Amino acid sequence: MTEVNEAPAGASRGGDGAEPLLRLRGIDKHFGPVQALYGVNLDLPAGQVTGLCGDNGAGKSVLTRTISGAHQPDHGEIFFDGKPVHIRSTRDASALGIETVYQDLALADNLDIVQNMFLGREPLSYGLLDEDSMELQAAETLSSLRVTTVRSIRQPVASLSGGQRQSVAVAKAVMWNSKLVLLDEPTAALGVVQTRSVLDLIKRLRDRGLAVMVISHNLTDVFEVADRIAVLYLGRMVAEGPTSTFDLQSVVQYMTTGTASGRPYEAAGSASGKG
Amino acid sequence: MTADPGETPAATVDAGTADLTLDAKVAAADVPPAILAQSLGEYVRVWWLRVRSGNSGLLPVVMAIVVVAVVFEIITPEHAYLRPSNLVYIFGLSTVYMVLAMAETLVLLLAEVDLSVGAVALIGGVIAFKLVQQPGPDWPWWLAVLAAFAICGAIGALQGALTAVLKVPSFVSTLGGFLLFSGVLVIILGGADSTVSLNTSDPNQNVIYEMVQGLISPVVAWIILAVVVVAAGASQWARTVRRRRRGLTTPPLILTAIKLALTAIFGAAVVIICSVNRGSSLRSVTGVPWVIPIVLVVLGIWTVVLQRTRFGRYIYAVGGNPEATRRAGVSLPAIRIWAFALCSATAALGGILLGSFFYGEYSSNTADPGQLVLYTVAAAVIGGVSLFGGRGKAIHGVLGGLLIGGIAYGVSLLSLGSLSTPLQYILPGGVLLIAVLIDVQSRRGAGAVTGV
Repeated sequence: MTEVNEAPAGASRGGDGAEPLLRLRGIDKHFGPVQALYGVNLDLPAGQVTGLCGDNGAGKSVLTRTISGAHQPDHGEIFFDGKPVHIRSTRDASALGIETVYQDLALADNLDIVQNMFLGREPLSYGLLDEDSMELQAAETLSSLRVTTVRSIRQPVASLSGGQRQSVAVAKAVMWNSKLVLLDEPTAALGVVQTRSVLDLIKRLRDRGLAVMVISHNLTDVFEVADRIAVLYLGRMVAEGPTSTFDLQSVVQYMTTGTASGRPYEAAGSASGKG
Repeated sequence: MTADPGETPAATVDAGTADLTLDAKVAAADVPPAILAQSLGEYVRVWWLRVRSGNSGLLPVVMAIVVVAVVFEIITPEHAYLRPSNLVYIFGLSTVYMVLAMAETLVLLLAEVDLSVGAVALIGGVIAFKLVQQPGPDWPWWLAVLAAFAICGAIGALQGALTAVLKVPSFVSTLGGFLLFSGVLVIILGGADSTVSLNTSDPNQNVIYEMVQGLISPVVAWIILAVVVVAAGASQWARTVRRRRRGLTTPPLILTAIKLALTAIFGAAVVIICSVNRGSSLRSVTGVPWVIPIVLVVLGIWTVVLQRTRFGRYIYAVGGNPEATRRAGVSLPAIRIWAFALCSATAALGGILLGSFFYGEYSSNTADPGQLVLYTVAAAVIGGVSLFGGRGKAIHGVLGGLLIGGIAYGVSLLSLGSLSTPLQYILPGGVLLIAVLIDVQSRRGAGAVTGV
C-alpha cells in the first residue's frame, strides 16, 4: 500500500491510516422516486488524489454536489477534519475549505483572469475594488502553481486556451486556503499537451497537501494522477481503495457490472479481482 | 499501474510551457493593448491587431462621428452644419441621448434590454416639471429631481423584478412597460393636448430650465477644464507610481501623456466652439451649456460604478456568464433589479434634460417615446456596447449619443420637406444595423479565439 499522509493529526481509524480530511458514511439521496445514492461511504485523505469513476448515471455528479453543498443528503453523515458537519450550501462548503471546479468551467469569458479568480470575493479599499492587491495575489497563486504560460493576468479569459482556462479555474479554487478541491472532468475536451499540464497541476495540488477528488471518464488520466480510486455503480460505492489494488480492466468491470470477474471488491491488500 | 504520490516527472516544466500553443497573434487579438505593450510602437501594433480582429473599441464610433460631420457639412445648405451655433445645439440635443444611452448600457451589459427607457424618461421629466409648478406643489427643484429619480427607479425595479424573479424576458416586460407608461405619461401630463412648462422668472423653476439652456462663461469653463485635466493627470501619475512601487505593470508613460493631451485638446475645442458668439451683434450669446459638465459628472459616476465597484463587476460578470456569477455567491436577482432601477433613474435625468432642452416646456409632442427608445438603444450599440452583454462602458454611450444627436440634427437641417421625418428614422436605423453587424462580427471573432 503506497500511502503518503500529510493529513492533519486525527484519530487513527480504519485501514487507511490517519483520519481522512473528508469522510462520508452511509450517504443516501433520492430525487422523488429515483434513488441516486445508496449508503455511500467515501474517504478523501489530505495529500492524496482520489479518482471517482462510474458510468453515466452512476451518481458521480450527485455525490460531488452533495460534498460541495449543492445537494443535501437524505441520510448519512459527513465528517470534515474528524468533526461531523452539515454542508447546506456552497457557501458552507467554501467556509470549510471545499472548492469545486465544474466541468463547464465557472469562468466569465469577458472578465480577465484576475477578475475571474476574485469573482464574488473582491477585496475593497475605500469602498472601491482593490485591483492592485487582487493582481498581486492572483499572480502569486498562479506562479506558485507554475501556471506561467499566460501572457498577462489581465487578459480576458476568452483569449485563453482550454488548458489555460482549466488552470485558471483550478487556481481560483485553491486561492482561498482550500483544503479539498473537487474537479469535475478536468481534462474533458483538452488536447494531449493541455491534458498533460492540467494533470501536472493536479499533482502539484496534492504535493501542497490538499485533498483532491477527480471525477473523470478518462481512466488513463485517473491512473496517471490518482492515489486512490473509488468506483460508483448505480448509486452504490462498489470499490474504494489504493490505485495499486486496481488495474484498467477491473475498474471498467466495476463501472459496468459492479463486480470484477463476478467478485465484489475486497479491502485493500487482497486480490485485485482479476481472474 | 501504481501511482507514486511523491513523483514529479521531469517533463512537468516542459509540458507546462508547451501549453502556449496559441499563436501569439491570435492571443494578443483579445488582450487590451495597454497591458501588453511596454512601448508606444508595441501599443500601436497590438491595438491594430485588435482592431483587425473586431475588437475595435472606440474606433468605429469616433470614425462614424467624423464621417457624419464631414458628410453633413458638405450636403447641408450653405454648409451650415459645423457652425458653432449648430454644434452647440447638437451638444445640447445629444446630451439627452448620451444620458439615456448610459442608462441603457447598464441593462445591455446584463444581456438584457430596456425598451421602456423613452417612456420612463418622459415620465421622469414630467414629474419633475409638475412638482416645481407654482401654483402647485412648488417643491424645491432638487427635491423634485430626486422624486423623479425615485419614482422612475421604482418603475425600473418593478420591471427588473418581472425579469429577474418571474423570468419574464426583459424584451417583453419592458415592451409592456413602454406601452403602459406611454399611456400613463399622457395621464400625468393631464391629457393629450396638455403642456407643462417652467416659469423662468421663478428662480426655483429656473434652475431646471438652466440645466441645458444655462451657460457657463468661457473664463469659468477654461478654469474647470484646466482643473479636470490637471486632476486626471495627477491621478494617472499617482496610479503609475503606486503600481511601479508594487512591481505591477504600467502602461508606457508616453501613452498616458498622449491620452491626456487628447482629452485636453478635445475639451479645449468644445470650450472654444462654445465661446464663439452665436447670438446677434446686439445680444451676444457665448458660453458652455451647463449640461456638458452635468453629463460629464454622470459619465464619471457610471464609469467608477461599472469599473471600480463590486456591483459594476457583477454586472459584467452576469452579462458574461450568469451561472459562474451565481456560483460565485452573487445574488443574480439583486444585481438585475438594481441595474434596471438605476437605468430608469438615470433615464429620468435624461427626461428632465429633454424638457429643459425644449425651452422648459413639456407637451405630448415634446418627444415620441418610441423614437426616443430607438435612438437610445441605437446610441448605446453604435457607441460600442454589445447587445449580447458583458461588453461596453459608459463612455460608449456618450459617444453613441453624440453620433445619434448629430445625425438627427443634420437631417433636420437638410430642409427635405416631406422626406425629413422618414429620414429621422431611416438614417439612425441604418447606422444601428451596421453597429449590430460590427457587434456580431466581433463576437464571432472572440468566439474563434476561444475555440482554439
